[in-house]
Amino acid sequence: MRKILIIVQKEFKQIFRNKMMRPILFIMPVMQLVVLSYSADFTVTNINIYIEDHDHSSMSQSLTQKIAMSEYFNLIQVGNSYEEAYEMVEKNRVDVILTIPENFSKNMHSGRVTEISIFADAINGTKAGISLNYLQNIIAKFSLEEIEKTGIQMQIPGIETNKRDWYNPDLNYKFFMVPGILVLLVTIIALFLSGMNIVREKEIGTIEQLNVTPIRKYQFIVGKLLPFLIIGMVEFTIGLIIALFWFQVPFEGNFFLIYGFTILYLILILGMGMFISTITSSQQQALFLAWFFMVIFILMSGLFTPIESMPIWAQKFTLFNPIRYYVEVIRLVMLKGSGISNILMHVSVVAGSAILINILAMISYKKTA
Amino acid sequence: MITVQNINKSYGQVQALKSLSFNVEEGQLYGLIGPDGAGKTTLFRILTTLLLADSGEATLDGLDVKKDYKKIRKMVGYMPERFSLYMDLTVEENLNFFATVFQTTVEENYHLIHDIYQMLEPFKKRKAGDLSGGMKQKLALSCALIHKPRVLLLDEPTTGVDPVSRKEFWEMLKKLQQGGLTTLVSTPFLDEAELCDEVALVQNGQILKVDTPQNIALAFPHKLWQIKSKSNYKTLKILKEFNQKISAFAFGNVVHLATDLEVNEMMIESYLKNKGVEQIQIQAIQAGIEDVFMDLMQ
Repeated sequence: MRKILIIVQKEFKQIFRNKMMRPILFIMPVMQLVVLSYSADFTVTNINIYIEDHDHSSMSQSLTQKIAMSEYFNLIQVGNSYEEAYEMVEKNRVDVILTIPENFSKNMHSGRVTEISIFADAINGTKAGISLNYLQNIIAKFSLEEIEKTGIQMQIPGIETNKRDWYNPDLNYKFFMVPGILVLLVTIIALFLSGMNIVREKEIGTIEQLNVTPIRKYQFIVGKLLPFLIIGMVEFTIGLIIALFWFQVPFEGNFFLIYGFTILYLILILGMGMFISTITSSQQQALFLAWFFMVIFILMSGLFTPIESMPIWAQKFTLFNPIRYYVEVIRLVMLKGSGISNILMHVSVVAGSAILINILAMISYKKTA
Repeated sequence: MITVQNINKSYGQVQALKSLSFNVEEGQLYGLIGPDGAGKTTLFRILTTLLLADSGEATLDGLDVKKDYKKIRKMVGYMPERFSLYMDLTVEENLNFFATVFQTTVEENYHLIHDIYQMLEPFKKRKAGDLSGGMKQKLALSCALIHKPRVLLLDEPTTGVDPVSRKEFWEMLKKLQQGGLTTLVSTPFLDEAELCDEVALVQNGQILKVDTPQNIALAFPHKLWQIKSKSNYKTLKILKEFNQKISAFAFGNVVHLATDLEVNEMMIESYLKNKGVEQIQIQAIQAGIEDVFMDLMQ
């Protein structure tokens, strides 16, 4: 026990004596959390639109006005040349072209079907899709209004849908993103701190002296793991305070549950770091390896793109992704108030992998070459 | 106390140790002398259980390095070639750390390191990384001694240390030996070899000779001359052409020339004079360990 404690004490001294380490641990994550939470907004706004009006009627002008007034669109120009519009798309000044044909208002008034064309720059597919959606909504609403105004009877039966968004009724993207970004921060700190640690002792040669001592493998691994676990928990607490009081993210669930799960998760991530550290021989190797896993885990965590929209093989792959489980749990517990019974699967997977990876780390840490 | 028998170790194609064998008696200060790359560090790593030999056996106080590695780690004090303490911890903290890891305390074994640590005391709050080379070695020695080891293994402890600190360091080793500690020390410095009870000359993973430094020097099979002249470099070049020479090498500001036994002073002097060397002083001398080593290495 004393041996473990002296290692813990040594690690803390080394971390806090490193002048760069304090800001890295306590200022950088706070900045990341705040900056990323404000910037990772999935609502698309500022869509530049060109309206190609061949009708020049009061009706086409009224539609143009409706679009220009919407909060999503910037009306760049109204013109009547497709070539001009196309050129502007090429120059990246316009995202969407809306073409109102001749006889637009005439056809509308006489109750005939009329067509409007929309062209969207689909380099950014998500943005194009969302722009089309917005535009279709505006046009549909406009045509209903016009129909009511003119009193034309249309024989189209309609189903009216009523929607309500549960757990996040205002669709505040921050409620969704902040807990997720908190997960990232805790993961990055834990993985990199532990991943760089043992390999650093290899690089500076201290491991040579340490290996000739009667320290047992488990004492060594536990002594290395504990300080980072404590730092990770402090980090998580700071992030949680910012999420709750700065971003006003609701907290529906149980604090003990989320803390308990975070400890479990950290043991898993730290074990991964230790494992990386034991199999590499320089900090550079460890850094690349840690980044490799980090990028895959982050992008396939369901944080930025929903797992449901991934191909099946990729969805299966995310079952091995610890970040996925933590992102799900933190959202479930914080926003939905899920209890332990709802996240039993997550708990068992993370606990199982934590045990496995730490055993692996202990095995691969060899005191003899 | 330490026995090494037919130890072999290869790294891929390179054979670092070739059937190495030697014995160190209890209480001896034993020197492993050899140039860089002779295999000294490999041997130390095998003895400290950090490396497994391909074949052969080694024991420390009857404990096998392979089977009893756990016991060995408790009873051996090791100073690796590279400074391996924590640079960002202070002198005191390093000592305390290693004492605790060996389940003892600094107070309990302070008497062992008293003499050495006294010199470090004024710097005990200083980080190990900020110490001078000599001070670092003293700290490393203190840390290697703090758990009261029965065998001390020192891998080139004086490399990169100034001459005064080197001398002090060896005085400490002598003192420790008087306390009954068995010490195996490696060094590339031949002058240090003369301070050992027994030395093994190592080259290319093989032992060339084992004996006391005195016997090794006495067993020099040739006649040895010390030659002083106006230009040491020029003289050395000319002497290399001398017919009866065995070896010639620079030794400080003189040349040591080993020759066949029938050669006399006159023969060398006339040879040099013929070649135009000025201010010649020739003297027959006793061989030192360095001369033996240079001779064996040829």
